[in-house]
Amino acid sequence: MTAMIDIADAQKTFTMHLQGGIELPVVSGVTFHVNPGECVVLSGPSGAGKSSILKMIFGNYRCDSGRIGIRHRGTLIDLATAEPRQVLNIRRATIGYVSQFLRAVPRVATIDVVAEPLIVNGMSRADAQARAGELLHRLNIPERLWQLPPATFSGGEQQRVNIARGFISDLPILLLDEPTASLDAANRAVVVELVAEKKRQGVAMVAIVHDDEIRHLIADRIVDVTSFAAAA
Amino acid sequence: MADQNLVENDEPLLVAKSLSKSFGRIAACRDASFSLYPGEVLAIVGESGSGKSTLLQMLSGQLAASSGHVSYRMRDGITRDLATLGEAERRFLFRTDWGFVHQDPAQGLRMAVSAGANVGERLMAVGWNHYGRIRDTASDWLTRVEIDTARIDDTPRTYSGGMRQRLQIARNLVTEPRLVFMDEPTGGLDVSVQARLLDLLRSLVAELHLAVVIVTHDLAVARLLSHRVMVMKGGRVIETGLTDQVLDDPREPYTQLLVSSILPP
Repeated sequence: MTAMIDIADAQKTFTMHLQGGIELPVVSGVTFHVNPGECVVLSGPSGAGKSSILKMIFGNYRCDSGRIGIRHRGTLIDLATAEPRQVLNIRRATIGYVSQFLRAVPRVATIDVVAEPLIVNGMSRADAQARAGELLHRLNIPERLWQLPPATFSGGEQQRVNIARGFISDLPILLLDEPTASLDAANRAVVVELVAEKKRQGVAMVAIVHDDEIRHLIADRIVDVTSFAAAA
Repeated sequence: MADQNLVENDEPLLVAKSLSKSFGRIAACRDASFSLYPGEVLAIVGESGSGKSTLLQMLSGQLAASSGHVSYRMRDGITRDLATLGEAERRFLFRTDWGFVHQDPAQGLRMAVSAGANVGERLMAVGWNHYGRIRDTASDWLTRVEIDTARIDDTPRTYSGGMRQRLQIARNLVTEPRLVFMDEPTGGLDVSVQARLLDLLRSLVAELHLAVVIVTHDLAVARLLSHRVMVMKGGRVIETGLTDQVLDDPREPYTQLLVSSILPP
């Protein structure tokens, strides 16, 4: 099978110039791959570099050496050396990312926050909003909130808006950073269901999940990040 | 990895090659190069005196470079060196295919004529001559920038700072330019007014597929509006890349200082 994500020997160190140039090794020798329809869960204690690896796969953190291979429109592209424009194209067409926190623009209505990734890819506003509505409905965000900006919502509601925004597109790769962290049981179950649907559609996923039960339900494979701990 | 350089878009709209500018012995801008593509928003960040405004003036043909070139792909698809354009051609470009949003709206507006005329003037410059159509289009644009059309016959002197800035944006965008330069567009505004303006700019830029070069010292503005950033210090471009990458994983000491200096909201 052709992997969607193929990471080889990736390494990341932060150099803190304001702290006298301290080198903060994050990860090294990161090597794993993810196939279509598979959910790989990164495990390891807090601070082991799970989120950093996810950010490297999204191109949010730079990679000092090694390869972050991403299958984009049929071609394996190394995100570690890709041009910014290419990274943006890859994000638009290939990689979705559900971050831990919603970073929404002030004044934009919830329904539009969720629909935006589809509109950017050329879907009409009406169709995109209809799909956004379905997802918000499934994630139990009441319709009376849809026209409000999510800034005033509770943590759990914001996280569900974030999940809806992340899951709405049909992108072949999805990165999930603790998608269920502040959710109740009913909504966690919805997320598990959404992940299962993405798998059936052949989406390759990498997730960070602290909840053992959820991890058990969504993981096809577990990659232990402590083996990539950078030697300090 | 064979197709690493495969480009999914067309050709660049604006290309800067080794742009430098010296004022006497002072090098205000040294060796700046980049390409800007259609629909792409590039933020130039740095503190006062870093050379960002000098660079913007060279890019927009308002200041001659000491060395280096700026070329622009005209509407007919032909890429031309700005230095080879005649004065009339340059002015025409400025009135049609380009916009320039100044920090101080008074610099970009005609303060003594009505809001409608401020917007309509750009249309007349490209040959519109039907008064009713000009007025309708001006009125449409006032609505798009959230100005009550009942104020169309008032001069910008009677407008608040935020309204003036929105009017300046309408005046710039009415001719459907492909490239807009912005110099600290939210600079002199109250925070609440800034948020509204940024939000408006963000949606207009996306809707109209505008290419933008925006100079700002405010990293929050860069994060919200831009795809890419260039960090300048002492006349040099010291770091460049995808906006979220440079802001979340800054590499250069000066960029780390800038990012760490932001007060949490």
